[in-house]
Amino acid sequence: MSEELCHSTIADLSRLLDRGGVSAVELMRAVIARTKEVDGRVGAFNSFDEADALAQAAASDERRSRSRTAGSGAPGRPLEGIPIGLKDVIAVAGQPLTASSRMLEHFVSPYDATVTRKLRDAGAICWGRLNLDEFAMGSSTENSAFRTTSNPWDLERVPGGSSGGSAAAVAAGEAIAALGSDTGGSIRQPAALCNVVGMKPTYGRVSRYGLIAFASSLDQIGPFARSVEDAACLLSAISGHDRRDSTSVDLGVPDYGAGMAALAQSGRKWRLGIPKEYFGAGLDPEVGAAVQAAIDEYRRLGCEIREVSLPHTKYAVGAYYIIATAECSSNLARYDGVRYGHRSRDATDAIDIYFKTRAEGFGPEVKRRIILGTYVLSSGYYDAFYLRAQKVRTLIRRDFLEAYKDVDAIVTPTSPTPAFRKGEKAANPLAMYLNDIYTIGVNLAGLPGISIPCGFTRGGLPIGLQVIGQPFRETELLAVAAAYEKVTDWRMRRPPL
Amino acid sequence: MAKPEDLRLDHVASLARIALTPDEKVRFATQLGDVLAYVAQLNEVDVSGVEPTAHAFPVVNVWAQDIAEPGLSVEDALRNAPEKRDNMFVVPKVVE
Amino acid sequence: MTYEAVIGLEVHVQLKTRSKMFTRVAAGYGHPENTLTDPVVLALPGTLPVMNKEALDKIVRAGLLLGCEIAPECKWDRKNYFYPDSPKNYQISQYDQPLCRGGFVEIELPGPARNIMGEHRRIALTRIHLEEDVGKLSHGEGASLVDFNRAGTPLMEIVSEPVIHSADEAFAYLTALKAVMIYGGISDCDMEKGQLRCDANISIRPAGDAALGTKVELKNLNSFSFVRDGIAHEVRRQVAVVGSGGKVVQETRDYDGQTGESKSLRSKEMAHDYRYFPDPDLMPVRVDEAWKESIRTGCPELPFDKQRRLQKEYGVPYTITSVLVPDRALSDFFEEAARLCGRPQAAGNWIANDLLRELGAAKLELAQSRVTPRHVAELVVLVETGAILSNAAKEVFIDMFQTGDLPDAVVARKGLRAETNPDELERWCSDAIAANPKSVADFKSGKESAINAFKGPVMRAAKGKADPKRVDETLRRLLAG
Ligand SMILES: [Mg+2]
Ligand SMILES: [Zn+2]
Repeated sequence: MSEELCHSTIADLSRLLDRGGVSAVELMRAVIARTKEVDGRVGAFNSFDEADALAQAAASDERRSRSRTAGSGAPGRPLEGIPIGLKDVIAVAGQPLTASSRMLEHFVSPYDATVTRKLRDAGAICWGRLNLDEFAMGSSTENSAFRTTSNPWDLERVPGGSSGGSAAAVAAGEAIAALGSDTGGSIRQPAALCNVVGMKPTYGRVSRYGLIAFASSLDQIGPFARSVEDAACLLSAISGHDRRDSTSVDLGVPDYGAGMAALAQSGRKWRLGIPKEYFGAGLDPEVGAAVQAAIDEYRRLGCEIREVSLPHTKYAVGAYYIIATAECSSNLARYDGVRYGHRSRDATDAIDIYFKTRAEGFGPEVKRRIILGTYVLSSGYYDAFYLRAQKVRTLIRRDFLEAYKDVDAIVTPTSPTPAFRKGEKAANPLAMYLNDIYTIGVNLAGLPGISIPCGFTRGGLPIGLQVIGQPFRETELLAVAAAYEKVTDWRMRRPPL
Repeated sequence: MAKPEDLRLDHVASLARIALTPDEKVRFATQLGDVLAYVAQLNEVDVSGVEPTAHAFPVVNVWAQDIAEPGLSVEDALRNAPEKRDNMFVVPKVVE
Repeated sequence: MTYEAVIGLEVHVQLKTRSKMFTRVAAGYGHPENTLTDPVVLALPGTLPVMNKEALDKIVRAGLLLGCEIAPECKWDRKNYFYPDSPKNYQISQYDQPLCRGGFVEIELPGPARNIMGEHRRIALTRIHLEEDVGKLSHGEGASLVDFNRAGTPLMEIVSEPVIHSADEAFAYLTALKAVMIYGGISDCDMEKGQLRCDANISIRPAGDAALGTKVELKNLNSFSFVRDGIAHEVRRQVAVVGSGGKVVQETRDYDGQTGESKSLRSKEMAHDYRYFPDPDLMPVRVDEAWKESIRTGCPELPFDKQRRLQKEYGVPYTITSVLVPDRALSDFFEEAARLCGRPQAAGNWIANDLLRELGAAKLELAQSRVTPRHVAELVVLVETGAILSNAAKEVFIDMFQTGDLPDAVVARKGLRAETNPDELERWCSDAIAANPKSVADFKSGKESAINAFKGPVMRAAKGKADPKRVDETLRRLLAG
């Protein structure tokens, strides 16, 4: 029973909580028990605060019973009492905020991120601090300073990254859903590798206030869930304009769940684009086959499948690593040991303290990226690197917008390969970077994208299908994803833990 | 575009205020050299007449009215400070 | 060889806003350490900047007042450098797209004498941009302490062209700039509070040369007189270096106003490479005509324009306007008083001399003054109509400065109304003439000043309540008779 609860969807749990079949405290206890049972093996959490989570759950039960007494009779809010895990780059007042870095090992946030506040406002329980690649830099969660998260489907393999903890926690039943952040694929790729749904909203849809910045112009917070419907529910809760984030867009937020359902009802036949550039060398044959099968499934559903071209795809990784590292070199300058965070004990003066603090506080991947980013911005190189990359970014974005003249959404693999073995790519950063080849373009173009389960390898590793939508048209994107999800049952499988 | 060998690692690390070990210098030089060689393919792209994208969905004049709101208490402001004294953050002496 | 100094000034002016440049916690001076911070000011992980509309309005106003071209669109850039007073270790600033370009500051050079107007000149501006201030470092034993109250305060950087040629010109430039800022309500420019800070780029060249010499940046010029003294000192230093066959080294020097000496800051400074790039956290600013127009409508008259108008319209002399005009509130006070009494000269005298003297002695601001334009106007009228005499008027002024009572009330309370009985005055004058035949003889033999010998006794008899003008008239009439 208890484990069953932990693997349920938000939608099912919400009905159960409404009926009084379970209390929020009972649900939270079940999730805590599950976490204690499996996290020693999975390593999804950096930390969790059991007492705080139970107190939030008790408060949720209290709210529910008050509204029952008031006799509203209306169903409870969909997230009321649901434990949502948060990637450890999203600020929760009074809780640690580490970015899986030595630099912030002992940092406690005095404030809530906007998404955190929105989750609280929706009645959800903010549950635990989920592991990631240090400062969200990586594709395997091996770059965490504290632990390597394991893929629940094969503990010898990585869960993907950087939001590996979020993906693994949802896959392993340690959270009902979770939030992650996606700069170049950091939600979609681990979702694919862990057989869960992961979505990156349109840039500007969700406030970044309280999200530790990696690359400001690319970062976006998004949901991990067990169904497209759950992802829609979570997205509705966290979206919207925020006066604390100048890049958050002042557009109304639709009810994604309802919009999605209405589109499914309408029986609309989608026109789907298949970019030929996403099916070339480097794509694992099993992944390619699964994605092809998914495309066939769409065809059977009556969708129109068209080949499209995104000619600048091959430049996406290059442009991304210039833009992302340049922005990170500046964003991470604040970690200097002056106001908070790690401070070297053997610094002799105010200049020395920077060098030693940052040498001790940052791991190798973070240092590499800061150095690369510093280099590309340094005097005499700006035009050749950063400015050129921003222009290439324009071309990449144009490719997508051009394609959307003919299609409603674009369908691709999420990741070229299934989960790889721990350590396999650790020594070769470039190989690791190329892992994001299918996801990066979406960030550069600021588009919404979702990864949904679409099969398994013969070895039992999950495969993800990426659907890419049009700016601020998440409802359509979710509907396209849900159409496939509805006729398959990949998402129902559970990892052998 | 600059060639990978132009990566002036000592200078750049100094700008970034990160002390590198000799071992890190060797490794980073190779790894970043690979990355720079890879990104050099951006040179193939004809970007003449192309505007750079700074924001995917640019809007202008995103501002707030000038209304003062309460901030952090001194205690909260200094809560995470590695070293503090007299309600201020302490750093090793700044030599000017 | 004679040398010409070439000076460009970089002035940082804190804008008068309630909240900071990129977050809404209060901005202010003199608060206990680290009480004006929030997560954004401290650059806590995850925080983001949001522009302050008022700060934008103020820089647009500054630009319009100084005749700048306002950029139709501009963006924000990050200037990356590490320093313990800089919370993010980058400053949000404007690099290649400043909000204002061009424009000028009208200055007045020192005249041949204090009471004679000096030459006016325009100092061209390169640009004005908006940025954020840093925190404050204080240096203790073996450690430095950081207070972030000031961090994030809106800061306007005003850069002049290198067209200033003397310390006096630099002083006049700052004086004029400050007046414009105060007139525009843009900044109070109190240098003691760090609301105005000035760096100078100084070079010398043989007089008549067009090429620029090697420039030295002079920092820490933290009062108007230190700016003047520091620049004068640096020009002398450079002339001496070149004069003795040496070469001026490009460097940053720190001027110590107390000792009048400067020293090089070069040694400890690390190589600078600010790695400017557009701040991805902020959206561009677009200034359209409607916005500019709405600001222009609220723009005040410029100080020198006002001075010219006061002299022309009211006929007040330079000696008075040069005192009134630098202070917008004081000149407004004057206009109000002049309008009420219709005697601008007299009102101007009272304000420029008596009011300022009393305010100074009492260490009060004009806003705290109990004397209002109405007080001054009514006092002027009492004097002009002969209702009170000038000595009495002085007494009335001091009294009303302290009590806030209107002049009529003070005169009544103190019994200071002038003695206006002509018979009595005639008798006092006759008595004085009769008592001093020697002076009568002197006066009649052409010694004009002899008349003064009678005035003392008359005034004594009148207990000071006689109008000196009428005393003089009466004496002359009697002596002539
Ligand atoms: Mg400057
Ligand atoms: Zn500046």
